[in-house]
Amino acid sequence: MTQDTILSVRGLCTDFSGGRGDVRVLDELSFDVGRGRIVGLVGESGSGKSMTALSLMGLVPQPQGRVSARSILLDGKDLSKLGPAGMREIRGRDIAMVFQEPMTSLNPVRKVWEQVGEPLAIHQGLGRRAIRARVLEMFELVGIPEPKTRLDAYPHQLSGGLRQRAMIAMGLICEPKLLIADEPTTALDVTTQAQILRLMRDLRDRVGTSIIMITHDLGIIAEMCDEVNVMYAGQIVEQADVFELFERPAHPYTRGLLASIPRATEPRVSRRMPSIPGMVPNLAKLPEGCRFGPRCGEAMPICQRAPELKPLGPTHASRCWLNCPQEALSQGDAP
Amino acid sequence: MMTRSVDSAATPETPDEASFLRDTVRAFRRNRMAMAGLIFILLLVFCAVFVPWISPHDPYRVALDEQLLPPSTTYWLGTDNFGRDVLTRILYGARISLVVGIVPSLISLLIGTIMGILSGYLGGKTDFVVMRLADMMIAFPSLLLAMVVMYTLGANLLNIFLALALVGWASVARVVRAQTLALREKEFVEAAHANGTSRGRIMFDHIFPNVVPTLIVLFSLSIPEAIMWESSLSFLGVGVQPPAASWGLLVAKGKEYMFQNPSVAISPGVAILLAVLAFNFIGDGLRDALDPSMKD
Repeated sequence: MTQDTILSVRGLCTDFSGGRGDVRVLDELSFDVGRGRIVGLVGESGSGKSMTALSLMGLVPQPQGRVSARSILLDGKDLSKLGPAGMREIRGRDIAMVFQEPMTSLNPVRKVWEQVGEPLAIHQGLGRRAIRARVLEMFELVGIPEPKTRLDAYPHQLSGGLRQRAMIAMGLICEPKLLIADEPTTALDVTTQAQILRLMRDLRDRVGTSIIMITHDLGIIAEMCDEVNVMYAGQIVEQADVFELFERPAHPYTRGLLASIPRATEPRVSRRMPSIPGMVPNLAKLPEGCRFGPRCGEAMPICQRAPELKPLGPTHASRCWLNCPQEALSQGDAP
Repeated sequence: MMTRSVDSAATPETPDEASFLRDTVRAFRRNRMAMAGLIFILLLVFCAVFVPWISPHDPYRVALDEQLLPPSTTYWLGTDNFGRDVLTRILYGARISLVVGIVPSLISLLIGTIMGILSGYLGGKTDFVVMRLADMMIAFPSLLLAMVVMYTLGANLLNIFLALALVGWASVARVVRAQTLALREKEFVEAAHANGTSRGRIMFDHIFPNVVPTLIVLFSLSIPEAIMWESSLSFLGVGVQPPAASWGLLVAKGKEYMFQNPSVAISPGVAILLAVLAFNFIGDGLRDALDPSMKD
């Protein structure tokens, strides 16, 4: 872990025990988040993006869920060694989270400033006056118009965009080292979406908080992120610098995702929107070998064996046999 | 929209400027039955508090030459077997009956809320123990339970409170638990977790305020219930003891003179009926007024 890495995750696994035995929903996740960087987690629904966030936060439902990791270093401190009380101190102070639904993420019967200031009350023990003043500053920072009158508003008196701004203010109020944004703009309309994204990038520049951006929208990834982790069925299948990813997508799944972005510039003739056939596999009944194999147009016999995440360059890694020609050759099954 | 509430400091620019409280008050005021009930109860409370100055009669003075008089201009509702003014005794009885209506309701509400939130939020063993305890209370014939308490501990006001609270908390706990189960899955609870909020604080700061509308309604509905309970216990002779007056006791004692002077038994019965009706109207009105804001 270097000086400018804020979060370093190694071998993060999350298992759920249910009626039909254990299911591994996250499998050996390893990634880094640089100081002041925005790192994207992208994938379809059910790929484990949100579960990654919950696992990092220690919010996986207990006792069904179990999180284990070789190490989760947050600024040098190993979170995987912390107990529930230790994690409670970390949450909201060192790692904060912004949720998808600004409509339901605020308690409907409490005034906005009380909720936005709650982390201060918990982690810094500030009095009401000080909290109010600080919330006002945060409201100004996140660009809530007429912040003074909004302090005493109830959530239903704010629009979706304003609520998400308030949620971001809440996330940043203790100046956390890391902000996890779980689909922060999915529930907003497009113009508000753009404003919120700009705000988050702005705040990253001004406050210096690192951000993990969870989304299924590659447009947001392209817009926001410095690095990207593409997730599929609980694994990271491709890890790359954002330019590298869009220019040289190495994994067939990533290429499929990129191909299925609708483009307004293309003529809308008979061509159907490309999509990836099939669905994310049931984690309890994973296919043998490569998890993407059954949906992959370029599957080979060797794909019956599980591929490893192999580096392709200094800022690029992929979990696909296509990117490992030697081994594929050694099997005698080269494409 | 013609009236501006006192606390309209919040965002006059947003179209949806009505606050939670204002909406409720406005909806409640539109409900005529509920308003009538409220006015009746307020009047009753006023009379009960100021009865010594309002009524020219002494509720305890025995006048054997004025027994069982029919209603007249001096004694509006007649006199009982000791020649005491029935109306005055009803108003004095209101003191006890209203207190018995309100205090045990508050106690069972308090216990029921704590138990319900703990049970619903913590789940697991806590839930199991609390709910089986509540099941036992509900399964047991509550009148019998209350009577047992009164017999063993003696008939006084404090024990009435105890008996009624013992009977009442379980149903409150069930309702609150059910709501807590729904609330704990809400995203704002998860967001509070993500802030590092402790479980105790989540229960108190996030779950509890959302249960309050339900509690208000439960409260207004449990007051008439408690008045009825007290009436039943007093009627059976294990409640308030003479010469103190409560409505149930007045009915119980008055029934012996049903044929000489029906007003002695019927008047306090009508008082119970009216008060219970009034509280029920208030409860219904509150429930309706709070309902639209509860679903989100």
